[in-house]
Amino acid sequence: MATDPFSNLDSPQSRLLSSLHRFASVWGTVVIDGVSTVGDISIFGWQMILWMFRAKPKRETLMPNFYAVGVLSLPVVALTGTFIGMVLAIQSYHQFKNIGLETFLGAVINMSLVRELGPVLAATMLAGRVGSAMAAVLGTMRVTEQIDALISMGANPIHYLVVPRFLACVLLIPALTIMADFMGIVGGYFYSVIVFGIDHAQYLRNSREFVGSFDLFTGVFKSVFFGATIAVVSCYRGFHCQAGAEGVGRAATAAFVQSFVMILLLDIVLNIFLDAVYFAIWPSGAKLF
Amino acid sequence: MQESILDQITTPASPNAKRPILETRSMSLQFGRQVILKDVSVNVNKGETIAIIGESGCGKTMFLKALVGLLSPTSGSVIFDGQDIQKLDDQDMTNLRKRFGFVFQNAALFDSMTISQNIAFPLRQHGVPKGKTAQNLISERLAEVGLPSNVLPKRPSQLSGGMRKRVGLARALILEPDLLLYDEPTTGLDPIMSDVINELMMQTRKRYPVTSIFVTHDMHSARKVADRIIMLYPYSRLEHGESQILFDGPPSALDSTKDRRVSQFVKGEAGERLMEMLASRSKGPGDTLSRVDPDHDDGMDEE
Repeated sequence: MATDPFSNLDSPQSRLLSSLHRFASVWGTVVIDGVSTVGDISIFGWQMILWMFRAKPKRETLMPNFYAVGVLSLPVVALTGTFIGMVLAIQSYHQFKNIGLETFLGAVINMSLVRELGPVLAATMLAGRVGSAMAAVLGTMRVTEQIDALISMGANPIHYLVVPRFLACVLLIPALTIMADFMGIVGGYFYSVIVFGIDHAQYLRNSREFVGSFDLFTGVFKSVFFGATIAVVSCYRGFHCQAGAEGVGRAATAAFVQSFVMILLLDIVLNIFLDAVYFAIWPSGAKLF
Repeated sequence: MQESILDQITTPASPNAKRPILETRSMSLQFGRQVILKDVSVNVNKGETIAIIGESGCGKTMFLKALVGLLSPTSGSVIFDGQDIQKLDDQDMTNLRKRFGFVFQNAALFDSMTISQNIAFPLRQHGVPKGKTAQNLISERLAEVGLPSNVLPKRPSQLSGGMRKRVGLARALILEPDLLLYDEPTTGLDPIMSDVINELMMQTRKRYPVTSIFVTHDMHSARKVADRIIMLYPYSRLEHGESQILFDGPPSALDSTKDRRVSQFVKGEAGERLMEMLASRSKGPGDTLSRVDPDHDDGMDEE
């Protein structure tokens, strides 16, 4: 007769097996959930792409989303950009002054802003301000059966609710990124030239010389992917919201956290890709220093 | 051969014979390992008003949602006017949905729209019927549910629960559907407003050639409005092999039923249920349910 390894829980072997069993069970569940969520989000994104081409979105659904994403996010993105530009100037000035390169500060600040900080900050602000709101609104619609009502009246909820939000994020995040870049450049210029007294002409000349169109393109190109990620993840979280106020709250939090993690992951992947593109076009390498 | 000839003779039914507009054939619904509905077969004749009764968690709302494709049955089929709705493609299903009206438990009005936009939503989706204008239709429906026109520019949050339900009914009626489904239309309303909703349902039936199915706990409403009552019982509480439909008949037959579970529900008596719940609580979750049927998971309170 076979003996059950769990029958005598006092033996060290049984305890070890029991711990391994629990470990495998817990982590197995985490891995399965993770893989199934990624699969679900991919299917959700694919359905959204299909619906984008299957039927034209209605103006009445597009405009409120364009307004919420583009117009209402502008002030907070501009403000964040300005402060980040200033902070970069404050943080970098003394190190550059020590080696006599303070006039290159414009190049460093502006390069950091247009390539990296502008798009990532604009996307982060959008994920916090718009992504969470999307998840909360769609989650409330799910919980209060408004999504079921849409379906019962012959409207496809992905076409009616997700496509306009996706288009608003993808089409308007480049504008928000450019705004964050511009205000960051203004903030950096203000602190470097007005407060630290760096020569105005040299600051601008170095900025112009080292920051090129490809750098600006890099930031804007990345922002489109960030916008798409925010829309898909946030809408997915809203659509799969659990019942009750707590469910809606969790959906909003998950939308922001998962969007933010995805933005950072995408940032790495896209930077590697864009660097490869850059060196393929200009094999002589990077221009700065 | 003789049988088929006989079939041909008897099949053309008399004009007065009722034919089912909606059928569920051995419909089952399951989430994971949790069985909500198992082999539920119901025929609904054209023009009938049916009340689906049963305790919370028995799957009434799920049943209603499966009828219009809001949930897909795990097995079995739903046949509406000769068409298996699961086999329809997106476009055909959208077209079929013009013929359905659904009044949700809490009305499910769109918060971001005015009452006028809410009622007009199906018209925007499917187009206004020929020879009518959207504004006329909205005004007509609003008058039918007894609401003044000054609610039209308001938002759903500005209306009371009873008014919201009536707007929900106006929205469901705007395309003059063939099948009207109500999910607990009187729940959460005061007795007067509940009876107003009952009267509106009866008036709707007189005004339109509509087939209605409503889910309710309210026995007064079920007896008053329905031609036929179907009682569903939670699958997890059934004895092995029993049908989930414990009662299917006219309201007058309810009082003469011999099934103790039906009479207990109709009379609203807790009976031994509290003791069962207390006993299961002391034994731990799932004990009572596994005693009823070890094959099933616990019942889900989905409503």
